[in-house]
Amino acid sequence: MSLLKEELEAEAGESGAAAARSPASLTAFRRGLSGVTVPILTAVLAFIGGGLIVLATGHDPLTTYSSIFNGTGLNWLFPWVSGSERATAAGNLQQTLIQATPLLLVGLAVAFAFRAGLFNIGGQGQYTLGGIVAVWVGSSFSGMPAVLHITFAIVAAAAAGAAWGGIAGVLKATTGANEVITTIMLNWAAIWFGVYCFQLGGPLHSSAKDMTTTPVSNTVVAGAKLPVFWGSSTLQGLDVGIFIAIGLAFVFAILIKRTRLGYEARAVGFNPDAAESAGMNAGRTWLRVMMICGAFAGIAASLDILGWKFDLFTNDIQASQIGAYGIAVALLGRNTAGGTAVAALLFGALLTGTSNRNINLSIDPTLVQYLTFMIEGLIVLLVSTDVLTLRLIRGGQRVGLALRRRPAETGAEKGGGA
Amino acid sequence: MQQSAPPVLELKGVTKKFGSVVANDRVDFDLVSGEVHALLGENGAGKSTLMSVLYGLYSPDSGEILVDGSPVQIDSPSAAIKLGIGMVHQHFMLIDVMTVAENIVLGQEPGRGGVLDMKAARARVRELSDRYGLAVEPDARIENITVGAQQRVEILKALYRNARILVLDEPTAVLTAQEARGLTGVLNRLKADGTAIVFISHKLGEVLEVADRITVLRRGKKVETVPRRGATERSLARLVVGRDVLLAVEKTPGKPDRPLLEVSDLHVRDDRGLEQVSGVSFTVRGGEIVALAGVDGNGQQELVDAIAGLRAPESGSVTVDGREIGGGGVRAATRAGVAHIAQDRQQRGLVLPFTLAENLALREYRAPRFSAWGWLRLGAIKERARTLLKEYDVRGGGPETYAAALSGGNQQKVCVAREIASDPKLLIAHQPTRGLDVGAIEFVHSRLIAERDRGRAVLLVSLEYEEVKALADRILVIYEGKIVGEFSPDASEEELGIAMTGGSRQTEEVAGAG
Repeated sequence: MSLLKEELEAEAGESGAAAARSPASLTAFRRGLSGVTVPILTAVLAFIGGGLIVLATGHDPLTTYSSIFNGTGLNWLFPWVSGSERATAAGNLQQTLIQATPLLLVGLAVAFAFRAGLFNIGGQGQYTLGGIVAVWVGSSFSGMPAVLHITFAIVAAAAAGAAWGGIAGVLKATTGANEVITTIMLNWAAIWFGVYCFQLGGPLHSSAKDMTTTPVSNTVVAGAKLPVFWGSSTLQGLDVGIFIAIGLAFVFAILIKRTRLGYEARAVGFNPDAAESAGMNAGRTWLRVMMICGAFAGIAASLDILGWKFDLFTNDIQASQIGAYGIAVALLGRNTAGGTAVAALLFGALLTGTSNRNINLSIDPTLVQYLTFMIEGLIVLLVSTDVLTLRLIRGGQRVGLALRRRPAETGAEKGGGA
Repeated sequence: MQQSAPPVLELKGVTKKFGSVVANDRVDFDLVSGEVHALLGENGAGKSTLMSVLYGLYSPDSGEILVDGSPVQIDSPSAAIKLGIGMVHQHFMLIDVMTVAENIVLGQEPGRGGVLDMKAARARVRELSDRYGLAVEPDARIENITVGAQQRVEILKALYRNARILVLDEPTAVLTAQEARGLTGVLNRLKADGTAIVFISHKLGEVLEVADRITVLRRGKKVETVPRRGATERSLARLVVGRDVLLAVEKTPGKPDRPLLEVSDLHVRDDRGLEQVSGVSFTVRGGEIVALAGVDGNGQQELVDAIAGLRAPESGSVTVDGREIGGGGVRAATRAGVAHIAQDRQQRGLVLPFTLAENLALREYRAPRFSAWGWLRLGAIKERARTLLKEYDVRGGGPETYAAALSGGNQQKVCVAREIASDPKLLIAHQPTRGLDVGAIEFVHSRLIAERDRGRAVLLVSLEYEEVKALADRILVIYEGKIVGEFSPDASEEELGIAMTGGSRQTEEVAGAG
């Protein structure tokens, strides 16, 4: 984990340097928090906010949260939980980690773009394309050796995601089209392409006899399924996909910090003019970055397909929210590998803990489900306005100055180095 | 002098630290009404930090502030404004699309019950501007008035808020010579009216012109407060830098060698498609500094961009040591041996949120020493940064420090170090000392001469006569995208001035002499 930590610290420093533009007292305060405390406080505040809403609806937030917590399976970590309770907890924790796996990767897809100064809203579309290709490869080529088949499916999904992300990259590089707009459009294109593929009579619609009236893909063949290493392989135990995701988080950290591409991406992201003066080609960098982002999201989908979904319903494609969660995860994780991993775990836990089957019936299940959305929304809101968060935790001290960039710049240029 | 009058403002033992960097170390400062008190020092000496403390932008770690003899807490600009302190920042804080009057009254609009009384606002603005000779047109939009006028608006803004203490942060940095003279007149009128003025600057000449007293800061500490009477540029320079400064660096005549840069019949268009460089031809040889002198905006930027590979020329050729690089981009130029100290270090020269090690690698990160197979050799990059920071006396940080944390002068040293370290054949220095203090100017100048003496070709683009004079072996004057004359370094300012403004073209004769 030391690499992730290093990366996290470097990021804290970078944001510290950027924050050097704001008044130094605030900067020092932020640095003191080392870039880790703020996201934690953000999450805590979001939970408190959610709790207040629960309270307002006449329910007890503590019972609700403890029920959600038990639903996440994190109580498995407590040694005193035993017996059937422990077995349930194990199952829930497996679910949490299964959810966290794609969240981590889609989070990285968003975070990598952020580091290059791009806002990749297209995680959804890149994930969708990856899923279509993964399910097609996984359900075809039966008889292929398992390792080869799995690798093929994952690589093909990565390539599909990369191609989809690359479209936005090419458009940005050649015409300057804003990637926010193009990725949103590409999301819809991907979703409807997926629906077309698997709808009744679609080119990839299931060939199974009992599925003629169900819009679904073929099922991944046994040889292409990711091995389950914890829990039951028939009851969605935890598959090895999570290790691939964690490994890719390390790849992310290495890419950012140790490679020429990461260096160029960050330079272009921070200051395209200076990057150009150094002989960097911003357009080419954007293209490569978007392709890598797409690959991360594509792999996320392949791990879902090969790990536990095994087939793809048109409904799944249309209902998936992973792109939005990925943005929240990246923001909360401050665009670092380590931070994104922790944020993915948090959101994975939240999604599992609030899913219907885990909720104790004394609590309104609809409320609890919406709680996830509320907490997600609050986190995005608070992360994008971290100045306000700081103000809250500073006990009302005045920090409004941070909003005024220009005087601060003047101050930082000379003051900071004085 | 009103030295005996009680000070309207006193700073006592103000200390401000940023992490381990002490920006202000027990600084004392006082101000009496009706004086201009200059705060002089190198970039990064702590001038702006001290004033930011006064204006409530930073809170001091220790020390106290007294206004009219009583201690005050200033924790925000609005607290400062309430105490009668006004500040004009180097970068103006005006809203471009609003009018002069609207900007001035913003936040303290006259009117009742939420209804804005613009008539009253305009009247008040007129009254103030007449009283102090701050000519502005209340109904003009900020985006349509000159920088000098914008500065007057900023001063009016402070006066409108009843400032008795006015802090001007490097007010002349953005002004033309004529506008600067106008500012001096305004300051005199404000003084006569009893306003106390803090004048932050690193320019010796103007401080001697406007200040009554001068406080010199060096590395965060107050060195001395001296009256203007008896102070000279040389004595101030010594206080500022802490040693004797060569106001003009010594140099021997250049020894021009073979041509390293040959530009022939070059035409370059700007972003709007207008031809800014129209058929320029010249040569720079190894071992000489050729200065390109001219009024800003006569095609210098486009010419430099074309040679540095940042802009493809329309036609013509640029060869460096025999290699054609026109249109090949920055990488082709870099490979041919072009290094470029960019005019704007913060915009083009540096990536501010990068560390110094990362910034120092920008020119050469692709070289096998610093990366291979797409991997960065972080150890080598850091090691080289360490060497360069030492060699170029960059203060305020090590390889892992963020560039944003350095003062302007030290940032410029980083740019200069990087470009020279790339071992170029041709070094383009575009306004290499803009905004630098005397010590740093001396350093950069001597570096450029040292590069020349090592046989490199140096192309200096400068707007400053003194700099051109101090460095050039030959002077080319550019006017409206054409080279209109060549002069020897002993040409007078007048001669150059006439050529730079499109006066009589005695090119051939003078060129022959030079």
